[in-house]
Amino acid sequence: MIKSTMRLAAHVLAAFAALTGFIGAAFADQPVPWGIGMQDAATPVMEDIHWFNNFTLIIAIAVTLLVFVLLLVVLLKFNASANPTPSKRSHHTMLEVAWTLVPILILVAIAVPSFRLLYKELEVPEADLTIKATGYQWYWGYEYTDDGYDGLSFDAVMLGDDERAERIEKRGLTERDVPRLLAVDNQVIVPVGKVVRVQVTAADVIHSFAVPAFGIKVDAVPGRLNETWFQAERTGVYFGQCSELCGSRHAFMPISVRVVTEEQFAAWSAAAKDDIDAAYEALMASVKADRKAIDVAKR
Amino acid sequence: MAGAAAEAHDHPTGWQRYVYSTNHKDIGTMYLIFSIVAGVVGGLLSVVMRMELQEPGMQIFGDPHTFNVFVSGHGLIMVFFMVMPALMGGFANWFVPIMIGAPDMAFPRMNNISFWLLPPALTLLILSMFVPGSLSGASGAGTGWTIYAPLSTSGSPGPAVDFAILALHVAGASSILGAINFITTIFNMRAPGMTLHKMPLFAWSVLVTAFLLLLALPVLAGAITMLLTDRNFGTAFFDAAGGGDPILFQHLFWFFGHPEVYILILPAFGLISHIISTFSRKPIFGYIGMAYAMVAIGVVGFIVWAHHMYTVGLDVDTQAYFVFATMVIAVPTGIKVFSWIATMWGGSISLRTPMLWAIGMIFLFTIGGVTGVMLANAGLDRSLHDTYFVVAHFHYTMSMGATFGIFAGWYYWFPKMFGYMYNETIGKLHFWLTFIGVNLIFMPQHFLGYQGMPRRYVDYPDAFAGWNFIASMGSYLSFAGVIVFLVGVVMAFSKKVPAGNNPWGEGATTLEWTLSSPPPFHQFETLPRIK
Repeated sequence: MIKSTMRLAAHVLAAFAALTGFIGAAFADQPVPWGIGMQDAATPVMEDIHWFNNFTLIIAIAVTLLVFVLLLVVLLKFNASANPTPSKRSHHTMLEVAWTLVPILILVAIAVPSFRLLYKELEVPEADLTIKATGYQWYWGYEYTDDGYDGLSFDAVMLGDDERAERIEKRGLTERDVPRLLAVDNQVIVPVGKVVRVQVTAADVIHSFAVPAFGIKVDAVPGRLNETWFQAERTGVYFGQCSELCGSRHAFMPISVRVVTEEQFAAWSAAAKDDIDAAYEALMASVKADRKAIDVAKR
Repeated sequence: MAGAAAEAHDHPTGWQRYVYSTNHKDIGTMYLIFSIVAGVVGGLLSVVMRMELQEPGMQIFGDPHTFNVFVSGHGLIMVFFMVMPALMGGFANWFVPIMIGAPDMAFPRMNNISFWLLPPALTLLILSMFVPGSLSGASGAGTGWTIYAPLSTSGSPGPAVDFAILALHVAGASSILGAINFITTIFNMRAPGMTLHKMPLFAWSVLVTAFLLLLALPVLAGAITMLLTDRNFGTAFFDAAGGGDPILFQHLFWFFGHPEVYILILPAFGLISHIISTFSRKPIFGYIGMAYAMVAIGVVGFIVWAHHMYTVGLDVDTQAYFVFATMVIAVPTGIKVFSWIATMWGGSISLRTPMLWAIGMIFLFTIGGVTGVMLANAGLDRSLHDTYFVVAHFHYTMSMGATFGIFAGWYYWFPKMFGYMYNETIGKLHFWLTFIGVNLIFMPQHFLGYQGMPRRYVDYPDAFAGWNFIASMGSYLSFAGVIVFLVGVVMAFSKKVPAGNNPWGEGATTLEWTLSSPPPFHQFETLPRIK
């Protein structure tokens, strides 16, 4: 029952996402000023995390309100002026049994969807593409390890203010396209709708690879190869930041993933083997053309 | 004969009274003073951090490493040199012997060394902030209080981390000795008739805490010793290149670290129970349940450590186990919260300052508790781990749970310890400034965490600016609260309003209220009999 409702909700959300994504509405794929909720989901896993978060948050708020109301009642009804003679009651077995058993039932109700979500996150389906991410002090290195990519690899370093200004000017971008502390020089490029396995490790100290809109976070540990996966449902640019304290420039090694169509990905990966910068320029031209086509269609 | 007895119960004066002290009350007072000093230092570190984070960009720190040093210093000082000395060193030293009807602690000289190990430990930690500790040569240990390898080994050249490790060794030894002292005192020195099931809940909480200290701190000592030899003597316990494993350090650290957070909160649970009971003029509701809830929290606290490590790459079944075990803790914690409310129910409540802090603690700890249940779920923690949501969660439990408990205890026992009444208006002003301040700091941090802002960041994307500004304002307000607190202390000692033996009336039923305020230098020369 819960499962089918969850699936339905996920489908509705996905349909909504696809629709709005197509007409180019602004998704919160990066933090927004005064935002109070999670970033919009771009993968099925993140949709489930949204659902589970809402579910537990409602319980959390209900419990907090219960305690708040009880405290309020106690303070109004049993303050010294309203109730000058205190009762001497200090036991009530039924009550004590109740406030032990009811929380247990609530916790079981939380545990069932919790375990389902956990296993969905960690059981990696058959992957269409494997990318190895290596954490360095203080940038990320990426390698497309599948056959056919000829060991395509590059580093992604955060863009400084000058570089961002340059890109905004040269490519006609906005601040939102290259946000401060989030934009990098070389984005990870992945195809939409495909299962991407990310293998994560580190070369020096522990880092952590995280992309909030995908619902993934996995530590990059020297000497270990961790893995996670995502299946982005819509094209766009997604941002993440290193999530394990790794030294002085910990705040300055962001992650940026660009999800493109399958054709764009094929063209980019073929070209990137030879010239990563030219491949990126060509990809951006293609993305821009798509956007224009959509704008024209909208008119 | 009279002369010999006088010598055995000597009452030295001047500096000797404190440096050579074997008196649990004098040692408790020294612990409290130490804790206030450390708390102001640790608090100032956090205010400077909030000043840096008030707006995007780098304002205060030239080298971001220095920000990490402040993060680490704030965490270590607040845990080891503020909360633990206040609750275990200060209040437990003062009131456990009195509450169980004992003349002093079991090992008075060990009590002395327990305290006097702390100033050198804090000195070592402060020194670590002024010696080189980063790849860039900047000063201080920038590893966070978690000192994860390899950031704390190959990632931190220079002596700063060694100083910090030694500080932890010395502070840990101090706590282990203190724990042995409390366990022995509580098991062997209860007054005739004071069975364990008649023992006040604060003594119960200290007993459970002492066992946690005794079992957890040696694991930390082992882990940081291995860290020390990895750093200096070529071992490779935590170095993958030498066959070691960085994750091993995290397991050892959190095997200590999780019980540690219960070490911080349990004594506060204990003293809150007395305050709620006193100001409701009602006995504690469900006493046996309350005592064994603390025992349960202590026991389960040892088997949940890897919920701090959901993202390190643990096997999925292992994570499922830790999800389950962690959520179990909510049950005894719920029993405590509901029993406190039931204690007040039907009572005749007077909202004096200690009661305000106690009620504030119950409410705010509940918020930290329910977010804890959310974070217990590995599937959700995947999104929230190492974000500001976690920072908000543990500050609701520590900065509002433990610290509100400390202030509740301070105002509750201040008249007893020093014989003077504090100023009620100042106490309430202190409470409201702190209550509003800490909520302004930490409530918005839930939102920042949801949006994805990672913790321990010296600078953040511009979208996070709004809530960070609010949090910084809250930080300044809370610090104003600290100043009001200090003014209140100075005022109480200069006005010298006598408190009387029992300023709280018939609700205060534990043994300390049968003594004078302050109690005699040695109490219970004839042991009280508990009926």
